[in-house]
Amino acid sequence: MLTVEKITKRFAGVTALDGVCLGFGAGKVTAVIGENGAGKSTLMKILSGVYTDYEGQIFFRGRPVRFGSIREAQACGIAIIHQELALIPYLSITENIFLGRELTTRWGTLDRKAMRRRTRQLLDDLTMPLDPDTRVAGLKVGQQQVIEIAKALLEESEVIIMDEPTSAISDSEVAVLFRIISDLRNKGKAIVYISHKLDELFTIADHYVVLRDGKSIESGAMQGVDHDSLIRKMVGRDIQMNHRQSAGAAYPPLLRVENLCLTHPVRKEELQLDNLSFTVGRGEIVGLFGLMGAGRTELLETLFGLHPKRSSGTVQLDGQMVPLKAPIESIRAGLALVPEDRKRDGLVLGMDVQTNISLTALSSIEQGGLLSRSKESALAKKYIQHLRIKTPSAKQTAKNLSGGNQQKIVLSKWLATGPKLLMLDEPTRGIDVNAKNEIYKLIAQLATDGMGLLVVSSEMPELLAIADRILVMSEGILTAELSAADATEASILKAAILKSERAKE
Amino acid sequence: MQLTLQPYRPALMRFQSLIALFVLCLALSVMSDKFLTVANFWNVLRQISVNVCISTGMTLVVLTAGIDLSVGSVLALAGAITAGLLRNGIPVPSANLYVGFTLLGAIVAGLLTGSILGWFNGWAITRFNLPPFVATLAMLTIARGLTMLWTEGFPITGLGESFTYLGTGWLLGIPVPVWISAVIVAVAVLLTSKTRFGRYIYAIGGSESAARLSGVNITRTKMLVYTISGALAAVGGLLVTSRLDSAQPNAGISYELDSIAAVVIGGTSLSGGRGSILGTVQGAIIIGVLNNGLVLLNVSPFWQQVVKGIVILLAVIIDKSNAKSES
Repeated sequence: MLTVEKITKRFAGVTALDGVCLGFGAGKVTAVIGENGAGKSTLMKILSGVYTDYEGQIFFRGRPVRFGSIREAQACGIAIIHQELALIPYLSITENIFLGRELTTRWGTLDRKAMRRRTRQLLDDLTMPLDPDTRVAGLKVGQQQVIEIAKALLEESEVIIMDEPTSAISDSEVAVLFRIISDLRNKGKAIVYISHKLDELFTIADHYVVLRDGKSIESGAMQGVDHDSLIRKMVGRDIQMNHRQSAGAAYPPLLRVENLCLTHPVRKEELQLDNLSFTVGRGEIVGLFGLMGAGRTELLETLFGLHPKRSSGTVQLDGQMVPLKAPIESIRAGLALVPEDRKRDGLVLGMDVQTNISLTALSSIEQGGLLSRSKESALAKKYIQHLRIKTPSAKQTAKNLSGGNQQKIVLSKWLATGPKLLMLDEPTRGIDVNAKNEIYKLIAQLATDGMGLLVVSSEMPELLAIADRILVMSEGILTAELSAADATEASILKAAILKSERAKE
Repeated sequence: MQLTLQPYRPALMRFQSLIALFVLCLALSVMSDKFLTVANFWNVLRQISVNVCISTGMTLVVLTAGIDLSVGSVLALAGAITAGLLRNGIPVPSANLYVGFTLLGAIVAGLLTGSILGWFNGWAITRFNLPPFVATLAMLTIARGLTMLWTEGFPITGLGESFTYLGTGWLLGIPVPVWISAVIVAVAVLLTSKTRFGRYIYAIGGSESAARLSGVNITRTKMLVYTISGALAAVGGLLVTSRLDSAQPNAGISYELDSIAAVVIGGTSLSGGRGSILGTVQGAIIIGVLNNGLVLLNVSPFWQQVVKGIVILLAVIIDKSNAKSES
């Protein structure tokens, strides 16, 4: 349906794509894989009409095409679902989905009824029981992603490009998405599927295409390749997922949480966190799993003092009370939080690497009340080397770095505070395989050095690999505590859907 | 200093505005024989010093992605309070007497007035989460009204030589207002580039949520920033009042606009996180020289406004294309 011949795209001095030749067939799901920087995003931007100056040819249904804008590509039937959400927060779900293609009545006014009806239908297909009039601003990242998908589904495009569609959504939603993708495939659409999660490709993809350093390395049917061989093709060498050797139960206590509650911001009688009690040991890595809305992020935020008015319960770190009043108090107590949305909450994107790293530790680089330049650059240098942050210099603006390197900056700024307990919320989301492995290694190393770690992740294989113990949450309560050795994906998932099941009975 | 200028990209990158300033001065010296004289040089700097004071505070506010529209009114009220206390003291009707104020007492009272109004701005913004535009717009009206009440609509004049020294005097061959604004600028440069407080200002403007998660006390930082802005507007008020030997009830009207113009021409982004004090100083000088030159060239005041507007537009357009080419 869509073929690409000898596409080359250069940015000032850098060749992002180098003579790429690919084909995407109708009624097929084609996975495009490659590390960050391999050229996936650039290729998708060319296909969807974002970049218009490139060398080479694109053929759509056998005819050569050249899109001058996103609109032209859309009109032709190529839709793209971007990794970065492109919704307008203060409009409702319906208004977002129909933005730019509103339905009108025969008098030219907006046909709200029809749009709302269609939206409800799309949401039902995605089993997302949301009111079409809900403002997008109030939705979680995962729910917004689903709206984004619904938006593309509305267009009934012939080619649908999905860039990391599952990076923020829970497994139950992934299952729904995959069902929808299968439906679309059966209707003869060409699906281009970009993902870092290799496992899900085996479930959903028919073909794969590997990009490496801007070149198309290999393509073929998913049947006949396995996980390891795909990784080999992507990185050009072997990478081992290091399974953590759990030492056993002998971790001295570090964090002790008792009866932690968090009330809902609007519905006061409802608890978002319902009497949580658990511990994290010194040198222990505790994984935290839950489906969307289970309260994982809220738990980390509460411990970090972000919900002072709504929280109750006692939290002790290293024998000292954590006041749960403000981030600065939690930081002083020895907590650190690597947040889920690193671009918004983790970094000041417009600041350079050095200033981002020192932001949490400014008092340590002060000399006589003034900030010392030499101490600051020494601090930055230490972490740039230690975490192997790939940046031209410490003065590079953070927004110009890749996701993996940005995440390393966030880690650096928290390590600079010398925390006793490090909380990580989806630490490897949207990060390429190499950077992921580096972060896993770092987490393990920190634990060995005596830090406690509390890691939230939606990726079960990730948790199983790195954690000593796994806590599972469902709708604000802890439903299971499993040692990593005993846990399986099935047992975790079972616990994650426990409460809802109970409620139904 | 490298640390201070490089991360935020402004002053060093802004050779253009220096060049523009140079070209402007060159053109004016050719076109008017009065421009390039020692007397006019100090005259321009003296006139600029008020805007430099106000704009220094405004820069801090704008760096946090805020704005302070109340500076003109705060300037008027602070000047009027000082002038009124100096001239009349405070009447105490019950005892049928007046409490007199010393020069220093009156000046401190004026500065306190500005600080308190600024603090109130900060309080309204952080406590009720109001947009700075709205909160300071309200203060613009409130402070102007209070000025009218205090002066009963009439200028307060005859403030004495020791007070007018502030706006008209000379010290070591340099006008006193220039000294005052230079000290303020020097402290502000140090504050923004070399202290934790300064770093917090940039961080809040860059990403408030990231700053909060990093343990920055957003409320305290913003309160301080608006208080400083109010205090510096009061300094401007003292200078204006002192220079005219008179507190005018409608002093400082539309000064907030000149101040925002200086900040913007100086390369500070209105969305926060990017810019510098030194850039603002350049912006203020460009506006001041332009004003001065247009007067010397006998350009009609109406055309002066048009020209100023065009310069602001050009400055921002150039700055935008700079920022783009950089990233």
